[in-house]
Amino acid sequence: MSILAVSNLTKKFGGLTAVNGVDITVQKESITAVIGPNGAGKTTFFNLVTGVYQPDNGNVQLGSTSLVGLKPHEISRHGIARTFQNIRLFSNITVLENVMVGLHNHLKGGIFGTLLQTPSVRREEKRAKEEAYEWLEYVGLGSLLNEEAKNLPYGAQRRLEIARALATKPKLLLLDEPAAGMNPRETRELTEFIHRMREELNLTIVLIEHDMKLVMEISEQIFVLDHGVKIAEGKPEEIRNNVNVIEAYLGKSAVTGA
Amino acid sequence: MEKLKSFLSGNKIAQGVLIGVYVLITSLALYLSQKSVVAFLLLLFSLLLLYYTQLSNRLKWLLAGVVLVGVLPWAASSGPSYQSYMEVATLVGIYVAMALGLNIVVGLAGLLDLGFVAFFAIGAYTYGIFATGQASNFMPFGEYPLSGESFWLFILVGCFAAALCGVLLGIPVLRVKGDYLAIVTLGFGEIIRIVYNNLDKPINFTNGAMGISSVTPPELFGMQFTYPSQFYYIVLGILVVVMFAVRNFEYSRIGRSWKAVRENEIAAQSMGIHLVKTKLLAFAIGASFSGMMGVVFAAKQAFVDPTSFTLLESITILVMVILGGMGSVPGVILGAAVVTILNLQVLTEVTNWLNQMSMEGAISFPEALSPSKMQRFIFGAILILFAIYRPQGLIPAKNPVFNEEELKAHAAKQTGKKSSVPEDRAMQA
Ligand SMILES: Nc1ncnc2c1ncn2[C@@H]1O[C@H](COP(=O)(O)OP(=O)(O)O)[C@@H](O)[C@H]1O
Ligand SMILES: [Mg+2]
Repeated sequence: MSILAVSNLTKKFGGLTAVNGVDITVQKESITAVIGPNGAGKTTFFNLVTGVYQPDNGNVQLGSTSLVGLKPHEISRHGIARTFQNIRLFSNITVLENVMVGLHNHLKGGIFGTLLQTPSVRREEKRAKEEAYEWLEYVGLGSLLNEEAKNLPYGAQRRLEIARALATKPKLLLLDEPAAGMNPRETRELTEFIHRMREELNLTIVLIEHDMKLVMEISEQIFVLDHGVKIAEGKPEEIRNNVNVIEAYLGKSAVTGA
Repeated sequence: MEKLKSFLSGNKIAQGVLIGVYVLITSLALYLSQKSVVAFLLLLFSLLLLYYTQLSNRLKWLLAGVVLVGVLPWAASSGPSYQSYMEVATLVGIYVAMALGLNIVVGLAGLLDLGFVAFFAIGAYTYGIFATGQASNFMPFGEYPLSGESFWLFILVGCFAAALCGVLLGIPVLRVKGDYLAIVTLGFGEIIRIVYNNLDKPINFTNGAMGISSVTPPELFGMQFTYPSQFYYIVLGILVVVMFAVRNFEYSRIGRSWKAVRENEIAAQSMGIHLVKTKLLAFAIGASFSGMMGVVFAAKQAFVDPTSFTLLESITILVMVILGGMGSVPGVILGAAVVTILNLQVLTEVTNWLNQMSMEGAISFPEALSPSKMQRFIFGAILILFAIYRPQGLIPAKNPVFNEEELKAHAAKQTGKKSSVPEDRAMQA
């Protein structure tokens, strides 16, 4: 069963077509990878799905609802969460508060309740702290709760972004280059962790990644973009041997010369 | 000295006693001397000392309350300059509330607002118009001026009027970001002032540049409020409400959404935060504090005119926030107090003293460097020094510290993450 269906998605920046008539279908509770050379339009694709950009053409369908025209915060409420290629944490607040922001839509505290600190608002706030802490433990950052986010090492920042995204309780999680800048050990841990998330949280995960070992090991379905166009899709072994893909990554000469 | 330090740190009783003695000495000095600005300032300084003691928060609030409600007015009441001290204290209170309001907009939500005084003006004119005959020029019913008892209601009216204007202003203004937002809010501040300056024709709403005079003083159970020493308590009362509000908002779902928007708009949105709503709320709540104090200001001066609401005022409030420490509540309070006192007391004292010196012929100033002109210069120099040596402000913003033990214990009770969070999800589904 599919959870995300993208059809004929197109986005132009001036003369450049960053995403060009892309069709992608993601199966529920699958792990799907989007790969392609730098500038292929992968991040733009995520930005279109999450409402950061509006598409010039095409449709994005989550379950039975179309997401086109919705604002990012509305799309978050529909159950899509993401991380960012260039990490976007709330740098000057604590690690725990970063995750608490992720709980935003699951808390009710309005103006007057907050102003008067009603018992229900207090209880909710206490529960928010507890739940945020649990998410931190889940990604292995429990002991860093009081650090400012900007002071975390790189790998921990990436994990914090994931914890924050999970706190929104998404159905679909988009990870933009989660292993970028990680050493092999961290990457291995991440691979296991992505599997674990899918199992334990019944998540559907779509990731953009350059680490081919990780991609081939983890994904059930792979989509390949090049210059905004989808040039291939299939299972890891199909993609590995796809002529178009090799050509896109290594250049034409690599294929014809061989 | 070192010994004393190590003795004091950790010894709460000694700290408490020391603060008590300090307050006693300074208040007695103020009480016994006819006019001593130094004693007055030292007494106020006790609040800052109090902030740095390790006493429990509850005790700190209690002691601050005792000093502000009882000791300070009592100690100042002996001399001939009682009212002038209370005037300063009242103005400090008014500016503290406004700076706390602007701190929500600039410090927490990260929206640079250069026209903040507009909301103060809205509060002031709201009361000024209805507490004088001015309102009968356009109101088809009712008798004006309204009685002094209506003042208390008008604090709320001013609060809501300013909040509403905050929202109305915000809707068009929040489409622009960063530097542009600063320019647009600056324009808004000036527009409000100029509108009030010109709204005397065709219908006379505001009496234009002449201003509105003889504003009805507040009244409660037959008692009229006309002296600064009386307004002092009104301001103190409102300030309690403002501080309460600020504290409750800062560490709440709403406060976190402000900070998230300040830190990263795109990430905040992707966490489900409604950008426009969040910013408008910051504008509205910040503005509401100014609106309330505007009403008090109009009543205290018994006079409102557009010259009180210039761009310089907006900038002064912004300076309080930046000097004190953006996003830091204690810092902003200190910043507001320092800037107000600097402007009203210290710098005027210094210039008076210099004037006297030059009159006695001890030193002579060329006309271009006359002490009264120096006042702004000294103020500017102080700001520059602070910007260079303490860019994060007098008391930099601090993040809350969460109790790790407690959270850990709770998480362990949930038999680990594995069961608890997926369970939550199951309940949601
Ligand atoms: N906001 C933007 N304005 C203009 N061009 C953009 C913008 N975002 C992305 N692009 C361009 O679109 C193309 C695809 O970028 P991106 O989606 O970031 O690639 P990838 O993530 O696959 O490396 C690039 O040529 C990039 O320069
Ligand atoms: Mg990218």
